[in-house]
Amino acid sequence: MSWEPVIGIEVHVELRTDSKMFCGCAVSFGEEPNVNICPVCLGLPGSLPVPNRRAIEWITEIGLALNCRISPVSVFHRKNYFYADLPKNYQISQYDVPVAHDGWLEITVDGATRRIGIERAHMEEDTGKSIHLGGGGRIHSAEATLLDFNRAGVPLVEVVSRPDLRSAAEARAYAQELRAIVAELGVSDARLEEGSIRFDANVSVRRSGSEDFGTKVEIKNMNSFRSLERAIDFEIARQVDVLEAGGVLVQETRHWDEEAGVTRGMRTKEGSSDYRYFTEPDLVPMVIDERWQDEIRARMPELPAARRARYRGLGVDPQTAGALVGAPEAFRRLFDEAVEAGADARAVANWITGELVAWARREAVDPSTVAVTGAGLAELVAMVAAGELSASAAKDVLDGMARGEGSARQVAESRDLLQITDRGAIESAVDEVLAEQVEAVQRYRSGETKVVGFLVGQVMRATGGKADPRAVNELIRAKLDEA
Amino acid sequence: MSLADLTITEAARGLRERRFSSRELVDAVLERAAQTEAELHAYLTLDHEGARRAADQADEELASGTDRGPLHGIPIALKDNLCTSGVETTCASQILAGYHPPYDATAVRRLREAGAVPVGKTNLDEFAMGSSTENSAYGPTRNPWDPDRVPGGSSGGSAAAVAAGSALGALGSDTGGSIRQPASLCGLVGVKPTYGLVSRYGLVAFASSLDQIGPLARTVEDAIAILEAIAGHDPADATSWAGEVPDFRAELGRGVEGLRIGTVTELSGDGYEPAVSEAVASMVAELEARGARVEEVSLPTFDVALSAYYLIAPAEASANLARFDGVRYGLRVPGATTEEMMARTRAEGFGPEVIRRILLGTYALSAGYYDAFYGQAHRVRTLIARDFARAYERVDVLVSPTSPTVAFPIGERTEDPLAMYLSDICTIPSNLAGHPAISIPIGLDDAGLPIGFQVMAPALAEPLLFRVAAEVERIAGFDARPTGVAP
Ligand SMILES: [Zn+2]
Repeated sequence: MSWEPVIGIEVHVELRTDSKMFCGCAVSFGEEPNVNICPVCLGLPGSLPVPNRRAIEWITEIGLALNCRISPVSVFHRKNYFYADLPKNYQISQYDVPVAHDGWLEITVDGATRRIGIERAHMEEDTGKSIHLGGGGRIHSAEATLLDFNRAGVPLVEVVSRPDLRSAAEARAYAQELRAIVAELGVSDARLEEGSIRFDANVSVRRSGSEDFGTKVEIKNMNSFRSLERAIDFEIARQVDVLEAGGVLVQETRHWDEEAGVTRGMRTKEGSSDYRYFTEPDLVPMVIDERWQDEIRARMPELPAARRARYRGLGVDPQTAGALVGAPEAFRRLFDEAVEAGADARAVANWITGELVAWARREAVDPSTVAVTGAGLAELVAMVAAGELSASAAKDVLDGMARGEGSARQVAESRDLLQITDRGAIESAVDEVLAEQVEAVQRYRSGETKVVGFLVGQVMRATGGKADPRAVNELIRAKLDEA
Repeated sequence: MSLADLTITEAARGLRERRFSSRELVDAVLERAAQTEAELHAYLTLDHEGARRAADQADEELASGTDRGPLHGIPIALKDNLCTSGVETTCASQILAGYHPPYDATAVRRLREAGAVPVGKTNLDEFAMGSSTENSAYGPTRNPWDPDRVPGGSSGGSAAAVAAGSALGALGSDTGGSIRQPASLCGLVGVKPTYGLVSRYGLVAFASSLDQIGPLARTVEDAIAILEAIAGHDPADATSWAGEVPDFRAELGRGVEGLRIGTVTELSGDGYEPAVSEAVASMVAELEARGARVEEVSLPTFDVALSAYYLIAPAEASANLARFDGVRYGLRVPGATTEEMMARTRAEGFGPEVIRRILLGTYALSAGYYDAFYGQAHRVRTLIARDFARAYERVDVLVSPTSPTVAFPIGERTEDPLAMYLSDICTIPSNLAGHPAISIPIGLDDAGLPIGFQVMAPALAEPLLFRVAAEVERIAGFDARPTGVAP
């Protein structure tokens, strides 16, 4: 009997607003400890929070991008727990009325598209950072703990999916799509390595066909999409092993150990999960009325899903469309400009996602500084279609264009890469070769047709490689067959 | 008579007539403190140096023609749960011993901007939790009318200071009656403004949805002068009233003719000292004689207001006081782990009443109990607001005793929290509704102890509140001075 994994993902997104969620301190990373702090984000007695309007707009953007319903009136709650890097020993968060709820996100894995439910997206504040000295950096054996409150109070959006994901690959696709959306909105740096976007997964397994949920395990500490996928795969296998051996799973939080490739139960005792939520009395309810929502919606950029659909509509195949959606913004703009200049969308998409992306990576050049223009790209594609450039010559031309050597035609000419398109010139070259290669011509006529390849090679050599080999091939066969 | 016995209004006139200087005024007040503090213990910190410096500056400004208004050069006391930049702020708790805030509370800053001279920080029940100022980690404050009795609380230090003449006015905070009840017990005027009218920024929170800063003074006019200086929108407090501040003097002097005044059925009867009930009844009769239409109004939910308050306030306090953990400031008692350090710090740093309320509040918010306790208390709060609204369809203001009793002996209620909690039975409903209320002294009982009269009004109806209060004050003609401490 087989097992079905049930997976939900919780995502924390740090917003890159100018100031923190409830005070005027700067949001910036990599600074000396405790420089961006004030009475509010340090939780000094008497200080009070004032919400950051920009952060409210940005979480609304995220909610709209995830097809959520926006609560017209949304409420902050206090989430109570004691922790040294939590200055007030409660976190201002949201409970029963989050800013956004009941949305969805589409993912495509192995050609199959599925809609994943979004339960909610709510606003909260980040904690400070603890640095444990001695004892291997672990809290329980540390000799001392240092606290840095620069991050305390940074606006944080938590997006909670429904348990709709059924494989690690789907979970990865979901996480990537979500990251692409917040990156596109420009509301977060969305860097996994720096923790500005963090993924936790809730994993359980059940007998295929069952509607019940198994015991849920939360896994943390995955800092790449690959480790998210690996961790979930490991955890699914672990749970199946335990159950098949007749064991019982415990509801717990497990840490992903990247090096060992395993999840491990945390040795610390699970704290009580009673956070004693209650309405934050220092704040009034947030009103996000229709008009404000409309203003926010009007400012939002085109999102990945919409963009992908648009590319498909232009005739780009699904895989290339997906690659183009994930391409650097400068290259996507180049695509739009080339199409506008009349280029074939499919061909341009292939050139950008195939050649140009690789070129920029190989040359370590920032995509926004590459010298290619949309019109230039359109010209290149047209020249290839007209047979003026061979595929390999076109790559050379693109290299020249990217280096700022001029338009496609200029580069083709200066690098001497144009194909001979004059049929008369090709014909006379063919005639010369056939006249010279008497023996080969006889072999062909006696049925050894594969000798055509040799003859084409001779013509190409005679033309310095600038004739279209297909045209040469056709011409040779025609001439030999008619005689 | 000493300068320390002047009202703010009298002192302001004297300063402008150059009959004395702010420095002389402040010296008189500090001298009174020197005479009385050993017995009263109204202050936790007296800032002699800062006060004299501020007084000298006020004198210079006044001499050079800069007039900041009625509080310019006036010595004012500050309850020690208001943050004062560089001046120790303890909330009368061990856990904040030695804590010097890096900033001024908005109300304190506004007082300074109005030219007032802060003379020191007054004693209170620890974190404002109490009704007698006996719950101070630094010892109780005594009542200037009778040092064997409490001054009320939690703003008992502020009340005792103003009554004794070691300040001309003071700021207190009122969560369930903490300004009005001590004002009543010390023969003063005390105002709890509409919730949001005065910024709470820099007031160390007890119960955020109920706390409000307000004045204690010798006259209604003095209280208005202080409130005028501190009221108004503050962008640092998201709950502060963003609209226009009403003109507190707009209706002064209009008397009570034609006003509809309601007495509250639920705030009378058993448990009210006869002297208090009689004094209040006779004041109501006087108001009626001056043209007010008096009617008795029943607000049935007032009977459960105390219970609701003692769930909501501790619940909020349990979170508000969580930050006192020894990690960043204040007391730290070492422990083997962070958790142990926090637990020891809190166990040693908080007094028993604070611990009682934190436990009560934590319990009320806990899973499985939330709905029966905190949730239910909130529903009661809504019903109380509805009762008020219904009453205000029939009457313009409501009146009652401020406290069921006069000042009670020190130690009488310390072993009986419920008896202590009952001290606030008349004052709590206004906090739960967010409405303004005022206590005005109307007389003395046979033992020579002051009796307070409470007037309640709808939100932002301070002009009406002060109009009635001024008339009550005029009728009472209360001009007695404390007899318990010999200056
Ligand atoms: Zn800050």
